[in-house]
Amino acid sequence: MAFDCVVLVKQVPDTKAVTDQAMNEDGTVNRGALPAIFNPEDLNALELALQIKEKYGGTATVVTMGPPKAAEVLREALYRGADRVILLTDRRCAASDTLATSYILSCAVRKLDQYDIVLCGRQAIDGDTAQVGPQLAEKLNLPQVTYVEELLDLQPNAITVKRNTGAGWEKIRAPLPALLTVMDTANQPRPPGAKRMMKFKNARSRSEWAKNGVIETKKLASLQERGLLIEQWNLDDIQADLERCGQTGSPTQVHRIQNVILTTGAYKKVEPTKEGIRQMVRELIEDHTIG
Amino acid sequence: MVKVNRQGEVWIFAEQQDGKLSDVPLELLSKGRSLADQLSVKLSAVLGGFNVKPLSDELIAHGADKVYLVEDPLLQDYQTTSYAKMLCQLIEKHQPQIVLYGATVLGRDLAPRVASALKAGLTADCTDLQIGDYTELKTKNTHKNLMLQIRPAFGGNIIATIVNYDWWPQMATVREGVMPLPERNGNLKGEIVTESIALSPQDFPLEILQRHRREKKVNLKGARIIVAGGAGVGSRENFRRIWDLANCLGAAVGGSRAAVDLGFIGHDHQVGQTGTTVRPALYIAVGISGAVQHAAGMAEAAKIVAINNNPDAPIFQIAHYGIVGDLNDVVPRLIKAIRSKQ
Repeated sequence: MAFDCVVLVKQVPDTKAVTDQAMNEDGTVNRGALPAIFNPEDLNALELALQIKEKYGGTATVVTMGPPKAAEVLREALYRGADRVILLTDRRCAASDTLATSYILSCAVRKLDQYDIVLCGRQAIDGDTAQVGPQLAEKLNLPQVTYVEELLDLQPNAITVKRNTGAGWEKIRAPLPALLTVMDTANQPRPPGAKRMMKFKNARSRSEWAKNGVIETKKLASLQERGLLIEQWNLDDIQADLERCGQTGSPTQVHRIQNVILTTGAYKKVEPTKEGIRQMVRELIEDHTIG
Repeated sequence: MVKVNRQGEVWIFAEQQDGKLSDVPLELLSKGRSLADQLSVKLSAVLGGFNVKPLSDELIAHGADKVYLVEDPLLQDYQTTSYAKMLCQLIEKHQPQIVLYGATVLGRDLAPRVASALKAGLTADCTDLQIGDYTELKTKNTHKNLMLQIRPAFGGNIIATIVNYDWWPQMATVREGVMPLPERNGNLKGEIVTESIALSPQDFPLEILQRHRREKKVNLKGARIIVAGGAGVGSRENFRRIWDLANCLGAAVGGSRAAVDLGFIGHDHQVGQTGTTVRPALYIAVGISGAVQHAAGMAEAAKIVAINNNPDAPIFQIAHYGIVGDLNDVVPRLIKAIRSKQ
């Protein structure tokens, strides 16, 4: 009994690291100043795939869509135990919303011949939409179980999980293949393995190798043999309909972006003394806020 | 994809569980009512389930002009596939221009599935919706009276306004607790339209083996006064002071994400972007720095009192009263002042 898992991951700016240094003069966020990280809940999805692999056998394939730089998260995945990693990168993917993204990812997953379980993080911290997982499930015509907190049982044709319903939990059995979105409470993602790090620290995508001047087919073939060539696909490789990708394939358009400028209110300064505090309480009682 | 239909109704998905409506669909009705009025179209609710007909009257009493009612024993338990099929069929049949869902776990499970099947746009976790115009940058075509979908993004650091002018319906999930609850008015009249959906076994791929409902012990949304503590409170023991202050005010206790992560208080108490959104009459923030993620969940409070030993904490920028000082001095004085007045 072995299971082939596909994990979809995203490289995201670390939105929790927004500090004064990451702000531009005009108060906008300087994305370049933010570290790019492995989306946290995607690490939980990867961890679940690796646990399944260890317990039942099978494979863990990790796919990311993004700019060439996103190969960084694929190396991270290799360090943790992924068997195969694929970088899906193409300028024509730019400006894709969740619908276009899920379409592109569905083409990539279809290109993988064999999969039993598709895993995604519940949501990515840059957009917090939680939409790509369910949309991908619909496109692949798979049953979906979102907000997964625990794997309870795995049989050749069915998976049983516990999911968080917001108002409690439910235990659900889904037929395979199925798509799960995994929450941060599901597990503790393992750190990178030292041996695997040594082995894969030089793994690069075709674009990255080209940047380093490595373009000869022979050299690339030898790198591939050593597991140091990260597979790279573009939209043609996955036979995507270009009308459904990028901006043309995206129903939602960003109309306006505003920075959150908290109303610089003229707040009343209250002295931390007995009298200062008493005065404030009196005012709150007078305007019926208290009592 | 549904064609642009300017006469289309405004719809809300009436989420129910175990034959009960939560506040969420009622909040959607209050926002939906104002959108429908601005567009001069009807406001309708979609209600699916089994033995849920009595809920139609509740939806009408809270502002729905019409309820599309689908009663089927197969719809008793929520499953993504069957509920998505119901919504897709009804949307294709009636061509609404707007469909709103609550940004609950159920709504966030269902709406993307529907959007994908219809090839329609969907914006997640909106905190405001308005009617307005949009001009395409390239073609300069102006689209009038679109739904402007306003949401925090990038971890709450920016607010984005999203539009969907041609892949209709315009759909959004709406954050819980952000829209006010409409008052019940039993005199309101509405129409109940009974619909049926042809369901087959493949619409129910999942087996629900066990379901556990945890009663939320904390009612932050309904609280008139909230006393909340953050990382600045320092320890679980110090957090006792937050409880004491709340007790003397008859207030609920909240916490920032940092306080929850540090184990000072349980997750149910979390206020902010990833917790509960609140709009109480009074919010007392103790040792909370006031990161945007927290402010997103409480800035709408009528009065905000900030207590912090750092005079530069951003929380003071949204506060009405600010006290710079050590909470171990300030909170006991505050308790004393309140007690002596009552």
